[in-house]
Amino acid sequence: MSVTVAVDVCGVSKIFGAGTEQQVTALNDVSVSIAQNEFFTLLGPSGCGKTTLLRLIAGFEHPTQGSILLEGAEISALPPFQRPVNTVFQNYALFPHMSVSQNIAFGLEMQGRPSDEVADTVHTMLNLVKMEDLKDRRIDQISGGQQQRVALARALAPRPKVLLLDEPLSALDLKLRKEMQLELKRLQHETGITFIFVTHDQEEALTMSDRVAVMRDGEIHQIGSPQDIYNRPNNRFVADFIGESNFLEVQLLSRHGSTAKVKFANGTELDATLPSTDVIAGSITVIVRPEHTRLTADKSAGHLQGVVNDAVYFGTDTHYYLTLDSGEEFVIRQQNQRGDRGKISSGTQVGITINEDSIQVLAG
Amino acid sequence: MAEIGQSGSRASTLIGIGAKAAIEAEKRELKTRWLLVSPAIVIICLAGFLPLTIILFYSFMSPGPYAGVSFEPTFRAWIFLILEEDLFEETLGLNYAHISIFSRSIGLALGTTILTLIIGFPTAYFIATRPIRQRNFWLFMISLPFWSNLLVRTFAIMMFIREQGFVNHVLLYLGVIDKPLSIMFTPTAVWIGLVYAYLPLMVMPLYASMEKLDFRLIEAAYDLYASRWKVLQKVIIPLVKPGIVAGSILVFIPSIGAYVTPKILGGGKSLMLGNLISNQFGTSRDWPMGSALALFLMAMVMVALIIYVRNESRNNPGG
Repeated sequence: MSVTVAVDVCGVSKIFGAGTEQQVTALNDVSVSIAQNEFFTLLGPSGCGKTTLLRLIAGFEHPTQGSILLEGAEISALPPFQRPVNTVFQNYALFPHMSVSQNIAFGLEMQGRPSDEVADTVHTMLNLVKMEDLKDRRIDQISGGQQQRVALARALAPRPKVLLLDEPLSALDLKLRKEMQLELKRLQHETGITFIFVTHDQEEALTMSDRVAVMRDGEIHQIGSPQDIYNRPNNRFVADFIGESNFLEVQLLSRHGSTAKVKFANGTELDATLPSTDVIAGSITVIVRPEHTRLTADKSAGHLQGVVNDAVYFGTDTHYYLTLDSGEEFVIRQQNQRGDRGKISSGTQVGITINEDSIQVLAG
Repeated sequence: MAEIGQSGSRASTLIGIGAKAAIEAEKRELKTRWLLVSPAIVIICLAGFLPLTIILFYSFMSPGPYAGVSFEPTFRAWIFLILEEDLFEETLGLNYAHISIFSRSIGLALGTTILTLIIGFPTAYFIATRPIRQRNFWLFMISLPFWSNLLVRTFAIMMFIREQGFVNHVLLYLGVIDKPLSIMFTPTAVWIGLVYAYLPLMVMPLYASMEKLDFRLIEAAYDLYASRWKVLQKVIIPLVKPGIVAGSILVFIPSIGAYVTPKILGGGKSLMLGNLISNQFGTSRDWPMGSALALFLMAMVMVALIIYVRNESRNNPGG
């Protein structure tokens, strides 16, 4: 079965205030293909252009350059109301002068669906988001989490080809956010609609998405599954933005296919994974995730050597902050066992073992 | 037991003293409050209710020989408000002169309200969508005419629309017309004058409610397949309705009782209620009729206000 493309963004640039002094390039030659029935996340810090890309797909903005295809058809010139794409807004933007069910019915009525079909769909949607009991409430009479559900139901009711979600969980408290993450995943599964989700929260992106695009300064830095993004970051920005990383300078000795032999400052030679993009030979940077390493009391048995500066106990694991013999900073996250006699105190000389297949070469 | 009883009674005395003090304080506060509002009450009574009572009383009297009233009670003024005695047959028929003035007044007031709404709505929308710093400039421009006297503004409009005025000059020059339009001394002239005079009263409340409008709701409606027209109809208008109603009331009330504008721009053929009332107290020397007409005008305004209040309470059942 071939994967059909839902949204195809081809070489899209967006420049605000072009030709003026305040010219801002929000997107710079961005291309991305989003498959049908995919949970796709645009992840990046604020101002990276992720919301602009979402607004371009929704039709609130028009690209300065490039084209946007929806199931193969060019849509970048269409106004929002002619695109089979719906948005869940950051602050929900629910109509305050309508009840819960009137809000959900709005899109269907605007499409001119017959009234019995509208009533049926509204009923189904109320069930889907578990809001049947509150269907006649006014918007200001329901809680933030409930508004979130109504916003979802309203956007899903017309059965759009693509659902756009603009940081919809950012206004909720932590517990509700966790619940809604699962809920969104369930809704996406049940409806089979393509979701494009915008967030600055890396954890949200990793837990919910099929694929993630990491953005910065109007460009996409990496597109891949959460595992890819986390384990095989292309560059320093992606590695730094998602999770915690140790950055180490190494010498590239040789390469065999997708792996390479690298030499650390202390002379240790280990295998490392090469990124998909090209790497210049010579001095390069690798990353090692803190949880892919272990401490050993025997200095000579480890791959790297250093001294413990600080150890912080977190219950499930302990974080060790070290300085390597080469002078570089290094963090180790080690899972605690019941039998552990206690954390290693600061000032101790230790060896560091890096798990197999846990060294990633960065492209830049 | 005795002890408990004693302490209990002492406590109740204490409570009694406390409650008494509280009541005293409340009384004092009430007194101060009444003192503070009393000037307003005196003014309302002297300048509001008293003249109204006199007017009501006069409207049931007969006209005096040289203006004023003679104290002979009669319903004459109220009957002749809309009816008229035939000069020869002494039968009662409709007073077409009055009815045409009433209908012209209501028509012009409604027309003014509608036209100011049509012009004011996009204007207010334009101002509300400007960057905040520009908004004050536009609001200033809208309120600028209010700095001058209504009489002056009405004469200005006259200069504009008269036969040798600016409008005719431009239209003749452009070749749109081949002889000057005579707008002056027609209901149209009054209409233009009223719209010009009361447009700011429509724009201000409209702007106030549009400023509060969450423009993301408009985006949400666009996103949900609403065309521009549907967005206006289903989202913008319902949300700015308080502004529309307030603006309409603010324009309708002074328009229906307008005096200066029809007097200058309407001439003798386009009288409105305000002019009719003034004539009864002046040239016609029929004070009872003037009083009845004044009360009739007030009743119409009251009806408009009642519709407004009903509308409001239906929209906000809570408050």
